[in-house]
Amino acid sequence: MFDPYEILETQRMFSQEHLDVRTITMGIDLHDCASDSSAKACQRIYDKITRLAEHLVSTGEAISREYGIPIINKRISVTPIAAIAAAADDTDNYTNYALALDQAAKTVGVNYIGGFSALIQKGMTRGEKNLLKSIPEALNRTERVCASLNLGTTRSGINMDGVREAGLIIKALAARSADQQGFACAKLVVFANAPDDNPFMAGAFTGPGEGECTLNIGVSGPGVVLAALKQAGDCTVDQLAELIKETAFKVTRAGQLVGSEAARRLGVPLGILDLSLAPTPAVGDSIARILEAMGLETCGAWGTTCALAMLNDAVKKGGIMASSRVGGLSGAFIPVSEDEGMIHAVEAGALSLEKLEAMTCVCSVGIDMVAIPGDTPASTISGIIADELAVGVYNNKTTAVRLIPVPGAVVGDKVSYGGLWGDAPIMQVNPSDCSLFINRGGHIPAPIHSLKS
Amino acid sequence: MKTEANKDQAIITVVGQDRPGIIAGITTLLAGHAINVLDINQTIFHETLFNMIMLVDLAACTQSFDKLQQELEQLGRQLGVDIRMQLTAVYEAMNRI
Repeated sequence: MFDPYEILETQRMFSQEHLDVRTITMGIDLHDCASDSSAKACQRIYDKITRLAEHLVSTGEAISREYGIPIINKRISVTPIAAIAAAADDTDNYTNYALALDQAAKTVGVNYIGGFSALIQKGMTRGEKNLLKSIPEALNRTERVCASLNLGTTRSGINMDGVREAGLIIKALAARSADQQGFACAKLVVFANAPDDNPFMAGAFTGPGEGECTLNIGVSGPGVVLAALKQAGDCTVDQLAELIKETAFKVTRAGQLVGSEAARRLGVPLGILDLSLAPTPAVGDSIARILEAMGLETCGAWGTTCALAMLNDAVKKGGIMASSRVGGLSGAFIPVSEDEGMIHAVEAGALSLEKLEAMTCVCSVGIDMVAIPGDTPASTISGIIADELAVGVYNNKTTAVRLIPVPGAVVGDKVSYGGLWGDAPIMQVNPSDCSLFINRGGHIPAPIHSLKS
Repeated sequence: MKTEANKDQAIITVVGQDRPGIIAGITTLLAGHAINVLDINQTIFHETLFNMIMLVDLAACTQSFDKLQQELEQLGRQLGVDIRMQLTAVYEAMNRI
């Protein structure tokens, strides 16, 4: 028999501390859907996704009920569409591919599908150029499709032509979705060192070498870590690290259980478990509040980067023993709009974009879900992207940017996107100009430590 | 994972205001579906808060898991307590190496 304390603690984690499996994401390879006819390719894409993912949602729901573990999202990631659509010689506009993905997502009942993507860290093919041009229309005409661009890797350097282009795309997306406060921008992530097996949106895609169909699991649990730290009382930081490790272990084991059971029932291999602390706008489910529980008055205070580094590392150390298939982004996410404590820190004037950039040096992902003034120039957005990608490329880690230049909004305003997307206070952007640097274009050579072999 | 071995075992937790007939009501429902109770741990907190944890064997259960869950929830509403049933695998995964 189990210890009653263990049983009640486990139940409390689920019912009061927001422990959940954030997503089970089915990765589907679409290479065999390519065709010289875009209509034929779109039909094949729709057919393949709806066939393989037919039971994804119902399986997730059944496991959730039987094991008592909430599974918040069921999602799909696919091969970067630029690689598939390039075979078509009848169109330069890939919006129809996005519409096919959207329709497939609606049919199988998943809320997001990722992979309207291009991996262009070193250069761009014709298909990739077409995809970039199609992103503004594609994301504005679809509801559930997410796009991503990989613009740099430690092995290849940074594609500065792509960085310049990304700033323009983000502005175009915002302008087209002005009536939704630029929401379409929330569905585009630009990366350095993008993982091929990331289950989290909006940046999920199924990279090369991932196989025909796999299941990738994103665990979560900031609330559980927060509750544990609040009970810790007066102790040293190494004792806090130990507590985080123990909690991360339990959270990951729940994810491993769900992942292996879902993979078995769906008859597809388990890909990876992504050990990420992913916040939600719910009170008590915040990364910022964890940092504050360690002893900071407000997230953004001096000490924040150090506390986050320790948190991120302890999560990985605790999780790594709980699963033999760790991958994806694995770390702490620090989106602004999706984290109640981050929103508070920005509004209190304690957290700036520059501090967020520093924080991304020691955790997963990057400047995420940040709303900025609508009149921010495209070149400045590219400058933010360039800095963030440099952090990733030169430090051998994944970084990403998801910015929303909200049309008509200024610092002090706040926009609301609802649900898991949360509320975004408009953050101050350094007004100094970087356009000459950005407009140079070209390619930044790979850093010296790319020459490992 | 060791989950397969205990696939047929579940934990039922009951929390709420104490009153006569809680255990009787639950065990009658379980017996009606040929569910064997393997272990019971029951405590009263602060004189009135009823708390019970049961380990049950579903190997011979004549009812589907979903329906059984629904019946227990409905019974909980009648008895004024919160009844939950989960497979033991989750407790095992999170508390045992």
